[in-house]
This record gives sequence, structure tokens and C-alpha cells, in this order.
Amino acid sequence: MSRPVTMPNWLRGVLFIAGCTLAVAPIWLLESFHLFQLTMAVIMALAVLGLNIVTGYNGQISLGHGAFFAVGAYASAIPMSLLDWSFWATLPVSAVVCGAVGWGVGFPALRLGGLYLALTTFSLAVAVPQILKHKWVEAWTGGVQGLFLLKPEAPDWLKLNPDQYMYVVALIVAGVCYLLVWNLLRGRLGRALMAVRDNPTAAEAMGMDLATLKTRAFAVSAVITGMAGSLSAAVVEFVAPDSFTFMVSITLFVGMVVGGVASILGSVFGGFFVLFVPNIAEAISRSAPGIIYGMILIAFLFVLPDGVAGLIRRLGALLRRTKGRNTI
Amino acid sequence: MSTSDIKTARRTILIASAGTLAAPNIAAAQEAPGVTATEIRIGSTNSLSGPASAYSVISTCLTAMFRRLNDEGGLAGRRISFTVYDDAYAPPRTLEQTRRLVEQDRVAFTFNQLGTPTNNAVHRYMNQRRVPHLFLATGADKWANPREYPWTIGWQPSYRVEAQIYAKYILEQRPNAKIALLYQNDDFGKDYLNGVRDVLGTRFDSMVRTATNESTDPTVDSQIVQLQASGADVLICGVIPRFAAQAIRRVSDLGWRPMMFMTNVSVSVGAVMQPAGPERAVGLITSDYRKDQSDPAWANDPGMNEWRAFMQRFVPGGDLTDNNFTYAYGAGTTMIQVLRQCGNDFSRENVMRQATSIAPMDVATLLPGIKVQTQPTNFNVIRQMQLQRWDGRSWARFGNVIEGANV
Repeated sequence: MSRPVTMPNWLRGVLFIAGCTLAVAPIWLLESFHLFQLTMAVIMALAVLGLNIVTGYNGQISLGHGAFFAVGAYASAIPMSLLDWSFWATLPVSAVVCGAVGWGVGFPALRLGGLYLALTTFSLAVAVPQILKHKWVEAWTGGVQGLFLLKPEAPDWLKLNPDQYMYVVALIVAGVCYLLVWNLLRGRLGRALMAVRDNPTAAEAMGMDLATLKTRAFAVSAVITGMAGSLSAAVVEFVAPDSFTFMVSITLFVGMVVGGVASILGSVFGGFFVLFVPNIAEAISRSAPGIIYGMILIAFLFVLPDGVAGLIRRLGALLRRTKGRNTI
Repeated sequence: MSTSDIKTARRTILIASAGTLAAPNIAAAQEAPGVTATEIRIGSTNSLSGPASAYSVISTCLTAMFRRLNDEGGLAGRRISFTVYDDAYAPPRTLEQTRRLVEQDRVAFTFNQLGTPTNNAVHRYMNQRRVPHLFLATGADKWANPREYPWTIGWQPSYRVEAQIYAKYILEQRPNAKIALLYQNDDFGKDYLNGVRDVLGTRFDSMVRTATNESTDPTVDSQIVQLQASGADVLICGVIPRFAAQAIRRVSDLGWRPMMFMTNVSVSVGAVMQPAGPERAVGLITSDYRKDQSDPAWANDPGMNEWRAFMQRFVPGGDLTDNNFTYAYGAGTTMIQVLRQCGNDFSRENVMRQATSIAPMDVATLLPGIKVQTQPTNFNVIRQMQLQRWDGRSWARFGNVIEGANV
């Protein structure tokens, strides 16, 4: 991003500590159900972040990230349910499986651009629930009935109940992923990804390897969304093909656009939006929650065309301008 | 003291005096989650949006039934507050909404949550928390498991009970029958296999030949040919509507004349009988437990008149041909009966105790002779059905009500 960095270091430190406090405080402040909802929101935020890497930063439209979410969920659920693995042990497995699948999907993406890629990935999202039910994999995936698993339990010295602990787990996994992605994107690789998005010809002329960049972007993106899937399997303690219909992909896409395309902070807002707004819509109208949700969505896109992150960016710019004027 | 303070004070006094007036009621009421001196909170989830939203009328009907009950004065001086949340038929959302009902809205119990995968996601949660998970809107067999899941109970006859009923009828009519069983290779289809096995027991292997199909297969023609070649004189089909039409057509084309049974989810006149050819299906047998509102036999039936009067008054826009309404009316009647049985004790333990000890009762929208009943050891709420035969134009009921095997 071209935003000039004008924030003094002390302010950044304060903001960082405030953010951490804000993230950790709910453990003691919220009741278990709200904590559970917040955990789900953190998971959605992580999934949206994954999508943002490939679509926001790299410009490859994916409507199939629900598939990676499902693969991640099953990659954790199968070893946990059938082999009694601990949740933590399944995370590397999930990362490798999702990375491999994402990398594989990245190849057709090389030849397909824009809308065609969107449709291809969409077909992946539609196919995955059916593949999960197929007789060849049924013994592993549990078919239509899905798989039951048990939440990871908190170690005794932590004195946390299962919901509190699961929130901590989600926070740690998501926090580490956010940090890694932030580190990745603000550096050389991030600029390369954006260059490929904005002008592939120029990027190639500058010596960037488009094929490698694109497939790797897909792989990293799939790993991040897959981690979110793993977390969701552990929190819900149940996976079934019906949990991963194509609507998951659409939901993630909505979250990305509402939060802010190509924005790390925006992904957090996006995750919270897709989790909480449907409930708000339902509170307004029980008979037609879909219509209310659609209206809120349109209102958001109208008022905040570049997402919540865009609003913050604009507010920041406004603040700097007025400050500049005052000093003159 | 400002005016607002005075108002507050007055309000406090009012509330306090109201509390005193209601005191006898409070004294009688026990401390139970979701129950106050004036209210009983019940929760549910349904697919108000998403692929299964056609079932959302069930919630509409149940809400109207509780409204009628409240209009009539409620139960034991309490109003019923019925909250339905949308889960869009997605299991993670069901868990979220169910937890919201139990932990935030603090409902006493949940009632008639829709769907098999969705209820799967909350099955363990409800039983761990010991919250009654009552009369689910799904036909799976697993909800009747009092030993492992004592807090969960279904309502409608499961596919397994249906298959037991067919097997019992076959044994009665043709004790030496050679049975061919075509079933879909998933949980739905396997319930038919289990049901037939329940009744036949050790005779299963000698009497039954099976063939399976996948829901993704293009046709079931080869399975039908293979089953005919086994020399069977009875055919039971546990398949979805598309294959039901194909099976009826193929059996007729082959000139095979078995005593043929079709699962009652695949007997719609429009979706199965017409495409198969109504004349080809003459003699086909299926089963039902509800009164079919389009059947002229029920035009002046007191039970159906009760239902029609209810629909007219409380669900004026409702589609009277939609059998989800007769279903919901039956489930709602059962729920209200359980609440009446509770007396003044609406604790979760007592609600569950009453829900699992319903003396056989008639329900307005169920066929005569079919009872709603439960025992602490048998959670199959509706375990009887009546057979019906296709006469070329419509389904005609015949014979007595048959009860599934208690296994």
C-alpha cells in the first residue's frame, strides 16, 4: 500500500498493546456463548485473510475458498476422530494438505483469468461437499453423517473452561497467521504480488516469475484458509459435507469485499461482518432475514465502497490533512 | 428529586406490588431454567433461508399453535414464548444458534429443530448440558437411543420403522417370500436394510437378495434386472424419487409382477407416479401416518376440521395443500400434551420425564388408529403406519395399522 507511514513509534506501540488487550479481555468479560461466537468470528477473519492474499493482493478472483476451508476442517477432523490425534498435531498436516491442494489449484489459475478463474474455483466449491460423500473416501470422511470429534482440552494449570480455552487457541493460531502474512506482504513478496495484480506485463518485464508467484500465492492462501477450517472443526466438534456448501465461499468473498480488498486489518472486519450481520438481520426480520442481510450489504458497499479498511484509511488521511493545515 | 426519579420510584413500587400479587404463583413455581412465574421459554432452529427453506412453514405453524395456546390463557398461568432462529441448514450455524438459545436466551428446552446433519451438530451438546432436545423434525433412526442420548427424542416414524412395517406385512402375506431389496448406499437407504433385518433376523440371509445404487448413478435399470433374475416375488425400494420412477417403469417393462413396496418419501403423484406412468404402478404399496388433506375421505373429518379451523384463524395465508402443516400440527399437539402433563413443574428433568411417558394418544392430523406414545425405554414416538396401494389414480389405504418391531 502506498500509505505513507507517519505514525510515531510510541503511538504504534500503544495501539499494539491496546489491540492485544482488546483481543484478550473477552476471555474474562464475555459469557461462554458470546465467547463462542467471538471464536467463530476470529476463525472467519482468518479464513477471509486467506482469501485476501490471493484475491485482494494477487488479483486472482477465487469463489472457491470454501473448499480449502473444508479440506482444512477434514484434515484436522479425520486424524482427531479416527486416530485420536491432538488438535495441535493436526495443524501441520492440515497446512501441508491445504498447501498442496492450493498449489494444485493454482496451476489452472495460470491459464484462466478473471471471471473464468472465478467460475473454475466456484466449481471446486460446489464439488467438494459431493466429493466428501463419495464411497471411495466415505470410510475416512464419515459420508453424509460426517465426523464427530472432541475439542482440545485446556491444560490444568490454565484454569480456563473449554470455551475460554478454544478462544485462546483460535486467537493464537489466528494471531500467528496474521503476523506471518503481514510480514510476508509488507516485504518484497507482497510488492511482487501486487505488481502482478496491477500490471502483469510490467511485472514480468521486471523479472518476476508470474507462474511461481501465482501458484505460491494460491498455496499460501489455501494454507491460511485451511487453518481456519481446522479451527472451525475443533470448535464445532463436528464436520459434515453440509457444513461446507458453496455458501461458505460466497460468505468469505462477501467478508473480503466488505472488510476491504487487499487489507489485512480489513479481513478482521470482514470476518466479524459475516458472522454477526446475519444475526442482526434475523433480529430485524424473522420472515425475510436474507432481504435484510442484502440491504445491509448494499448499504455497506454504497457507504464504504472500499470496505471498512478503506474508511479507516480515508479517515487517517483526513486527519493528517487537517493536522497539516493547522501547523501552517 | 427530579420528575424522572419520581417516575422511577413509582415504577419500582408498581413492580414490587405486582410481585406481591403474583407471589403465590412464584411460590409454586420451581427454580427451573427458562421458566418464570409468567413464562416458559422454548427454542427451535429451522431453515428460514437456504436450500431447505420450504420447511420453514413448520415453524410458522408451531408459532401459531403456541399463540393459540397463549390466547386461551397459556399453561399453568404461564405464556409460551417460542423463539426460532435461522440456521440456513448449515450445521455450524445450528450449533451457534442452539447455544444462543440455551446460553443467552436461556430457553427451558428446544423443540422440533429441523434436519439430520443440523441436529447431529448439537446432539452431543444438548445431552452434555442435559437440555431436552425434543421431537426433532428428521426421519433418521438415531434419535431413538435412550441409553446413550437420554435427552434427545425424534417424532416421525423413522425409515427403519417403515421398513420393519413392510417386512411384517410381507411375512404375514407371504411367509415364504423371496425378497429383493433395492436401497440407496447411504444412511437413508441403509435404514431400509436395517429395518428388514430387524424383522427377519436369522432368516434375512436366506430370504433377501439386495442391490444398491448411488445417488449419483444415472439409472437403476441394471439393479432391477439383477434382482428380477434372483427369482424374487417381493421388491422393496428405498430410493429417492428419481430412481423410484425409474424402478416402477423398469419393473413394468420387464413384465415382472412382484409385490412392490416404495419408500413413502418417493410416492409423490407429481414427482414419481406421473413420470413413471400411473397405469404401470397399479398395485404399488407404500405407507403413511398422516391424513392426506387432498383425500376426500377427510372432507368432514373432525380432526381435519379442527386443523382447517386453526389454519383459517391463525395461519390465514398458509397453503392448505402443504403437508408440512399437518406434520407441524401433529408435532405441536404432542408438545402441548407434554407441557400439560408437566403440571406445575417445568424443570428440564420433568419435561424429559413427561416427554418420554406419553400414554397412547390420538392426534387430529394422524390417521385413525395411529397413536403418539413414548416410554422411557422406547423413544419411537410414532411407530405405526398404515399401508396404502396405488389404484391407478390415487393412493387407497387398506388393512390395519401396523406397528414396527421394537428393537
